[in-house]
Amino acid sequence: MAVDVREAARAESTPPARPRREITTAFVVSRIAVLAVTAAILLYAVPPLAAAGSWAALTLLCAAAAAVAFLYLTRRFVPAKYLVPGTIFLLAFQVFPVVYTATTAFTNFGDGHRGTKAEAVTAIETGSVRQAPGSPEYALTPALRGDELVFLLVDPKTKQVSLGDPAGLTPLAGAELGLTGKVVSAPGLTVLKGPEAAARAQDISAFAVPTPGGLIKANGLSRAVEGRAALAYDASCDCVRGPDGTWTADEEQGYFVNARGEHLAQGWQVNVGLANFARALTDPTISGYFLGVLGWNVVFALASVLGTFALGMGVALALHHPRMRGTRFYRIALILPYAMPAFAMLLVWRDLFNRDFGLVNQLLGTHVDWLGEPGTARLGVILVNLWLGFPYMFLVTTGALQAIPRELTEAAAIDGATPWRAFRRVTLPLLLVALTPLLISSFAFNFNNFNAIALTTEGGPFPAASPQVGATDLLITYTFRLAFGAGGAQFGFAAAISVFIFAIVALISAVAFRRTRRQEEVYA
Amino acid sequence: MRKRALGVAALATLAFAATACGGGAEPAAPAASGTSAPASAAAGGGTLVIWADPSRVQPLKPFADAFGKENGVTVEVKEISKDNQTTFLTASQQGSGPDIMIGAHDWIGNLVQNGAIDPVTLTEEQKAAFSAKAMQAVTFDGQVYGAPYAMENIALIRNTELAPDAPATIEDMIAKGKELKKAGKVKEVLCLPVGQKGDAFHVYPIFASAGGALFGATATGDPDPKKVLLGAPDSVKAFEKLKDLGEKGDGALRTSITNENYIVNFAGGKCAYLVSGPWAMADVKKAGLSYDISAVPSFKDGKPATPFVGVQTFFVASKGKSKALAQEFVANYVTNVDVAMALYKADPRPPALTAALQQVQAEDPDAAKFMDAGKDGTPMPAIPEMAAIWEPFGIAENAAVKGGDPAEAAAAAQKAIDGALKNN
Repeated sequence: MAVDVREAARAESTPPARPRREITTAFVVSRIAVLAVTAAILLYAVPPLAAAGSWAALTLLCAAAAAVAFLYLTRRFVPAKYLVPGTIFLLAFQVFPVVYTATTAFTNFGDGHRGTKAEAVTAIETGSVRQAPGSPEYALTPALRGDELVFLLVDPKTKQVSLGDPAGLTPLAGAELGLTGKVVSAPGLTVLKGPEAAARAQDISAFAVPTPGGLIKANGLSRAVEGRAALAYDASCDCVRGPDGTWTADEEQGYFVNARGEHLAQGWQVNVGLANFARALTDPTISGYFLGVLGWNVVFALASVLGTFALGMGVALALHHPRMRGTRFYRIALILPYAMPAFAMLLVWRDLFNRDFGLVNQLLGTHVDWLGEPGTARLGVILVNLWLGFPYMFLVTTGALQAIPRELTEAAAIDGATPWRAFRRVTLPLLLVALTPLLISSFAFNFNNFNAIALTTEGGPFPAASPQVGATDLLITYTFRLAFGAGGAQFGFAAAISVFIFAIVALISAVAFRRTRRQEEVYA
Repeated sequence: MRKRALGVAALATLAFAATACGGGAEPAAPAASGTSAPASAAAGGGTLVIWADPSRVQPLKPFADAFGKENGVTVEVKEISKDNQTTFLTASQQGSGPDIMIGAHDWIGNLVQNGAIDPVTLTEEQKAAFSAKAMQAVTFDGQVYGAPYAMENIALIRNTELAPDAPATIEDMIAKGKELKKAGKVKEVLCLPVGQKGDAFHVYPIFASAGGALFGATATGDPDPKKVLLGAPDSVKAFEKLKDLGEKGDGALRTSITNENYIVNFAGGKCAYLVSGPWAMADVKKAGLSYDISAVPSFKDGKPATPFVGVQTFFVASKGKSKALAQEFVANYVTNVDVAMALYKADPRPPALTAALQQVQAEDPDAAKFMDAGKDGTPMPAIPEMAAIWEPFGIAENAAVKGGDPAEAAAAAQKAIDGALKNN
């Protein structure tokens, strides 16, 4: 108990000390929890990071862990103890993805440009190796000469055994062949059996025996073939030479390009500056449709938010009425759409809207091609989104209504206000003060509601004249199609468009929040 | 006491953290040697990792284990069920991918341009053991990029109670379908998925029979992405034929028949003809219909109705850690008839190995009929540019089926594809 005595002495010597904090179980547990999570992350992440040689990430991780450990093992920095975990998660899950997206927007990262130049060169050279015409397909037996790996190669036709080493191919006498044509034993050499060979698989795949026509390389563990790379990288000219000409590295495109302007399939990731942004703004197939899509996008988000809010609030008000009976049952029934996985429900709704087999037409006795005509398809997705979204609004409005004292409406009634007037002048403004931030975030969410569109209409219907943009396409589904549909995955381009969408949503939200604050000043 | 407990716990945690950190920086530390041991074993060829889709994991396991025992290595078969191609690309780029990937041959172009797979050298004997079409499918730019093991294509499945005879031409099929519909025996002339965005894969045989084409050919016979032919006069005529079969014409092609309901409708007896692949057979058999399978017919005086042929393939990952083992497995092991048979039993698609196919044909007439229906089929183009085709083609098909102007739809599709491929 020496510690306690010292603590007590210190407390006496510096009189108006901070009140000693009670060390509760919760306090100990939470501390241990934070430190344990930190340690767990470290234990989990360090080996792969070390194996991959990501020293910068490793240093950062260790520094962060050390800072957390220091923070929670001292008795000081109390506010920081509360702030740091949140800040770390904010950095890891919010700031980092945003920064990563923004930096990706300046590259050509995507299919054909996923890796580094060195990887592209390797892929080009490996991919161009062709078996030398007329060369035998050797049966391979890896063997050891002392500690050195050599290949024992048997020509399947002549049964001639040769020894392959980095110097070349030499005939070998005295080797004994097994039934499968592989070498069983050879004088002065240790023949590697299956598992021994498998353990050296990496050396075997790297091993090459030079021949006049090319290289003999292992093909698996039991065969070897003589091949020649048709394309070879030449560092002196930073180009790839082959029988069809020379392909020079173009660092702006991230491709090896020849004189005719053609490029090799394998490229690498390069910085393209503002090219992705410029493409989004200047490509007529993109910018030409942009305003139309943006317009519908705003309509969709507004209609979704206002529709769900009006319906949700209406139902909440009805259930809030003191004379309403069976509210619990209604509440459960109303939550159901919210409790269903939206993903599955959207697919169900798509099938309900089918013209010939869908329930909607069968119930209404109509024959409307709901998702096949622009107007009805737009109405359809808004209806589906209304169905999916109003329980949320119902829930939050119910919560907010509980916070409004009934005395206020009663007082309004005594003052002679009609129920409608009381609602307009008292309840709604108070509700809006509480709910406007939620409405704004709901708007931002619906602005980018990829699932609602992609799973029901996939952006369609498409006019025959423009297969790129459909009547119900939101910016996000439209750009998803541009970036991942036609030309394979184009992450750089997709990131650039995400930045644009982010800017639009941020602008709208900022304006809306500013207006809310003014509203709060009036009512709160 | 409380405080001491706290101190001990904290010290232990700190020690934990310190060893983890130090271990990362200096591999010599005791904590690190424990964690890095399995990694070095893997680098030495101790494990082979195979990624496959769910239906292939179980049948592969016994063979993977046998291979592992023979070679003294551990073989791990991991199930990947979503976006397999992208998952594979992303993982191999990060160095956490498998040694062997199983997928469709039309991935090859994209995987090659991303440097994700290596060529596989097969002996002349092995190549000869596969059906020529399967070999053609896995050959890209003159190189073989994997070992094929199963082939699939669409065919015409018909309800023999309603339509006893295989139709000789599309016209015959439509006439019979309309007659049945008039008599109230079926609700639809033909169950072929169109949907709101079209379905290029399923409509392709009809499109090809009407003279339509996707790409011109390069000197080596590969599809040439510089020559998109969707807007060419012959293709426009093919789109006109689709319009004639569509909602304002015969009503055989309808946008309300989708990928979700076309098999169900056939199984429910709502149409006499279904255009689908081996994957429909489970539902068709469950429905207890009497059925027969034949090739998708061609138009009278038309070209052959060639379906796309897809070939499931074993790929060797470029960035795998045990490449020699992977090569051994793909080139010398799965080319084995028994493996092909086991995979066939788990997921009945006709095997690519001729010997296995013959065995299957004897046991399962359906597989033989599908194979027969696909004998004139063209392997799906494996060029990466094919990605640009599907959607515009489907949308043009949808427009034609709805009764839109075929020339306009074809021209718009051509323009969209050329734009995406930067051909202009």
